[in-house]
Amino acid sequence: MLGNKLNHKQYHKENQPVQFSDEILKKVEQIINRYPEGRQKSAMLPVLHIAQEEFGGYLSVDVMDYVASLIHVQPIEVYEVATFYSQYYLENVGKYVIEVCRTGPCAICGGETISEYLQDKLNINVGETTTDGLFTLKEVECLGACGSAPVMQINTEFYENLTEDRIDILLEEMKTRTDHSKSKEARWVEKFF
Amino acid sequence: MGRKILLEHIDVPGIQSFDVYRSNGGYKSVEKVLKDYTPAQVTNEVKISGLRGRGGAGFPTGLKWSFLDRKSGNPSYLICNADESEPGTFKDRYLMEHIPHLLIEGMIVSGFALESNTAYIYVRGEFKYIIGILNNAIREGYSNGFLGKNICGSNYNLDIYVHSGAGAYICGEETALLESLEGKRGNPRIKPPFPAVKGLYGCPTVVNNVETLAAVVPIINMGGAAYASIGIGKSTGTKLMSACGNINNPGVYEVEMGLPVNEFLYSDKYCGGIRNNKKLKAVVAGGSSVPILPAHLILKTIAGDDRLISYESLAEGGFESGTMLGSGGFIVYDEDACMVRNAWNFTRFYHHESCGQCSPCREGTGWMEKVLHRMESGLGRMHDIDLLVSIAGKIEGNTICPLGDAAAWPIASVIRHFRSEFEFHVNFPEIIKNIRHGSLEKYLKTEKISV
Repeated sequence: MLGNKLNHKQYHKENQPVQFSDEILKKVEQIINRYPEGRQKSAMLPVLHIAQEEFGGYLSVDVMDYVASLIHVQPIEVYEVATFYSQYYLENVGKYVIEVCRTGPCAICGGETISEYLQDKLNINVGETTTDGLFTLKEVECLGACGSAPVMQINTEFYENLTEDRIDILLEEMKTRTDHSKSKEARWVEKFF
Repeated sequence: MGRKILLEHIDVPGIQSFDVYRSNGGYKSVEKVLKDYTPAQVTNEVKISGLRGRGGAGFPTGLKWSFLDRKSGNPSYLICNADESEPGTFKDRYLMEHIPHLLIEGMIVSGFALESNTAYIYVRGEFKYIIGILNNAIREGYSNGFLGKNICGSNYNLDIYVHSGAGAYICGEETALLESLEGKRGNPRIKPPFPAVKGLYGCPTVVNNVETLAAVVPIINMGGAAYASIGIGKSTGTKLMSACGNINNPGVYEVEMGLPVNEFLYSDKYCGGIRNNKKLKAVVAGGSSVPILPAHLILKTIAGDDRLISYESLAEGGFESGTMLGSGGFIVYDEDACMVRNAWNFTRFYHHESCGQCSPCREGTGWMEKVLHRMESGLGRMHDIDLLVSIAGKIEGNTICPLGDAAAWPIASVIRHFRSEFEFHVNFPEIIKNIRHGSLEKYLKTEKISV
């Protein structure tokens, strides 16, 4: 489970200071205020989500330490949480993280071939990132959209009733997007948190 | 039998917005309870209604509320469990996406009954867009005076916040959810103390499923007794069923308790029969955790009665020949589905989602996954079948939370009902190795071996 997931050598590589903008900091404070006084640790999960989006799509040790300082907990408490939940990535990922549902209802409706198709198409194995840094392929457990199987999630979007043709169109569209920056605007945070 | 009380207005254009929801009778139950009811009367009304938890366990909601420790002097919390992640279940997502104000309304009434001033909706992390929808609905609730201080001019105050999970099935278990909400790993707590006494931050807490809280709205509007008159026996009211798998019309359906499974499965109003005119092989009636039943046992009980969608009818026959209503995640398998592969798939799920606290679950799910994988790869041995039964039996009942049981039951039941298919995997490894993604039946026909 834990294994070597937490690689202490993997410090933040992008030349970007680990510091939220004032706007995001204000939002973080709002989130902390949703919980009773002294219970700011409750803000852990939402703040980790925001940190992951803000600082390159994954949680480096530096980023986790920064989150610990924001919610006044020991860094180990953040590592404990970050290694437990599957939506926190501890290694760098591509701009688009493709998560294909592999659980029962999707599997009997073609989910297994969808994953294989994507592996062929992107020329990577599950868990790997394409060399251009655009796509990371993952297989995940039930996404809770079994009625429109097979299903995958790319970043926050769900893509349902998948066919190989649809995937082709989708990937082409994503490749041709000009804006390949990873950072999200504050609006993103406002909408989801 | 086609009566809708939760999804009555689901097709009204714009029902997601406050104005349209309100003009279709929305928030009437809030006005009613704040004007005419005491919190105890609301709880009593819910007790009379016979409403049972819709998340899977089926525990009477009014009773759960009555356990809330009101003497502790600590604030009480209402938590909405929207961590829907039981494979086959997608009803809460549907409800929150299409009629979010129904949940908010139900939470205000429930919060009033529990005298809570703070409520959290714990939404699974994958449903980011749902969080956007809920936040919007909550904002509208505040700006129209249904949330915040002095709701509708009463003395009652309520704040609702949405809290995002981060991808962990176990956080659907109520005490794991509370741990997660406190910013920790989702490790379930030992009960007792139950959340009603020591829940969030050690304060009295009630955790209810999305559909349960939504059902409080019609209960108040029509009265508990009228709600109890819908349905059959101790299964009152309606249930959202999420149907998926090899059927013509997958989707979410509101059914009155007591609807025959046969009608649900074959009527064009619901599932619309098996896809591609194939034959029905098996059904998982209430999410992946409940025992799987072969076609003849899901349609009729062992006594020959029609099987109905209700807590009692689906459970009839115990674990020998029955199953459970669970969360209402109705997964249908056609004749081509491979039961061994499906068992392996589900066991991999439970192994992945085990929190790792209890050895029987942490290790046992992994062993079962490996044994099933071996079998599915054509390397199985005959004694593996009994080995699986033995491991499942040793997980069941020996863990802090029900995830252990949920991992064990599907294995015990699939071997009970489809043992010959497991034996086939052992006896004909070459055939098994050559089959990709199921479709075992095709080979069985050519080999003239009956399963």
